[in-house]
Amino acid sequence: MNKFILEGVNLWYGDFQALKGIDMEIPANKITAFIGPSGCGKSTLIKSLNRMNDLIEGCKVSGNILLDGESINGDTDVNALRKRVGMVFQKPNPFPMSVFDNIAYGPRTHGVKSKLALGEIVERSLRDAAIWDEVKDRLKKSALGLSGGQQQRLCIARALSVQPDVLLMDEPTSALDPISTAKIEELVITLKKHYTIVIVTHNMQQATRISNRTGFFLLGELVEFGKTNKLFSLPKDKRTEDYITGRFG
Amino acid sequence: MKRRKPRDLVLFLLTWVCVGVTALVLLTVVGYILFNGVPYIRPSLFAWEYTAQNKSLMPALVGTLMIVGLALALAVPLGVFSAIYLVEYARRGSRFVKVVRLTTETLAGIPSIVYGLFGFIFFGVFLGWGLSLMSGSFTVSIMILPLIMRTTEESLKSVPDTYREGSFGLGAGRLRTVARIVLPAAIPGILAGIILATGRIVGETAAIIFTLGNVARMPNHLFDTGRTLSAHMYALANEGTHAGEAHATAAVLLLVVIILNAVSSKIARIIKAN
Ligand SMILES: Nc1ncnc2c1ncn2[C@@H]1O[C@H](COP(=O)(O)OP(=O)(O)OP(=O)(O)O)[C@@H](O)[C@H]1O
Ligand SMILES: [Mg+2]
Repeated sequence: MNKFILEGVNLWYGDFQALKGIDMEIPANKITAFIGPSGCGKSTLIKSLNRMNDLIEGCKVSGNILLDGESINGDTDVNALRKRVGMVFQKPNPFPMSVFDNIAYGPRTHGVKSKLALGEIVERSLRDAAIWDEVKDRLKKSALGLSGGQQQRLCIARALSVQPDVLLMDEPTSALDPISTAKIEELVITLKKHYTIVIVTHNMQQATRISNRTGFFLLGELVEFGKTNKLFSLPKDKRTEDYITGRFG
Repeated sequence: MKRRKPRDLVLFLLTWVCVGVTALVLLTVVGYILFNGVPYIRPSLFAWEYTAQNKSLMPALVGTLMIVGLALALAVPLGVFSAIYLVEYARRGSRFVKVVRLTTETLAGIPSIVYGLFGFIFFGVFLGWGLSLMSGSFTVSIMILPLIMRTTEESLKSVPDTYREGSFGLGAGRLRTVARIVLPAAIPGILAGIILATGRIVGETAAIIFTLGNVARMPNHLFDTGRTLSAHMYALANEGTHAGEAHATAAVLLLVVIILNAVSSKIARIIKAN
């Protein structure tokens, strides 16, 4: 089952073409990693999957992106799309409010009002993001008082709170220490049972540890895409081989 | 004791002297006002009716509070919503935004007497409001509008984009993002702007005398004339025979400003806590 199908996706920032003819099939309930040198368009592509690029002025997209077989281009309801396709950012970005309100923000946005229901959603989301035990006694305290790693898991919980199908993660561990990183990697692996996960990473060990598929990008093109272990052990393209063996990048 | 290098010592002394001079100037002014004013603060100074004998500041105090209240009620919503439009909705760098920015910047630099003249001619004469609370408050509200807009814009811009992304990423629309995430984070800055604006209104004389007038009478309705504390002081000082009452008024004015600031920051804290 494919969650996303990309057909000839091009993207421009003004006159600069950041993505060039991307064709790709992202399988459901798997972890797909995007790797490649800085500036190759990984963030740009992952943001196209929930149309966060709409916020950038002068950004144009052509080609087709299908989610569960339906196009997300044009006049799709982007708020409904982003509810289905959640996002976790590079820098943890909890809102300046309590832990509880951070998680309840999403469900409230989508119309959940009852205190009881919100309480249940908050607990479930925090448990799913493996941070419940650390914050259950400080739900009413500001989320900004948590450590970086805790904040990032809080942000994952926040993304889970609206019951998305897909979780997009743009270098979610690049600002974290190794222990927090390990916790998040472990978490991501457990989450794949219920969610389709797309993750951008600069860390190739991370890609091999957690992902099922890997796509290697260079200068806006998808150079190679396939099963992670194949791509890393037997790269088909010379450029992929150069990159993963550290000859450039 | 740690020994300082000569350069450090010079810098240390320089900053110390600057702080000292600033504090001294402030203390002198406040001390001077209190020393000369407080002995003249008597109950009759707060009599409801002004007479040539009691020189009551009550009508001016009421006038000040009315002008501040009305002008803020006009300028704050207008300024805050315009700023929200400019920062959150308008396309960045659009021509319209540039024109609006240029206009507000120009308005901010105009001397208040020009606002006074404009207010007198437009509200007083053209709209026929005469010298009144209405003319006065509309005029000063135009005067403080650029200040409110600018401070609001700056505090909205200082809210990190990552907050907005987080909210949009959860499927929240722009309205909800602005109302629930951006605005609460910007409230302290907006309130700081309002405090500054209040200070400008309270301290204004030129524009007020042109539009509200300077009559020591309790205003009875919105189209009635009156005076503010600053204008009252100006009048007393001009008469030359009541310097003591003028100083007493200054002391009360000082107190009013302190109270207004305390109230605003209290409000800020209450809003932040929720
Ligand atoms: N808002 C923007 N406006 C103009 N150009 C942009 C914008 N965002 C990104 N770009 C350009 O698009 C290209 C791809 O950027 P992108 O952020 O997708 O790279 P990336 O692969 O995520 O890099 P990194 O690993 O450093 O995060 C870069 O050349 C970048 O300069
Ligand atoms: Mg990136």
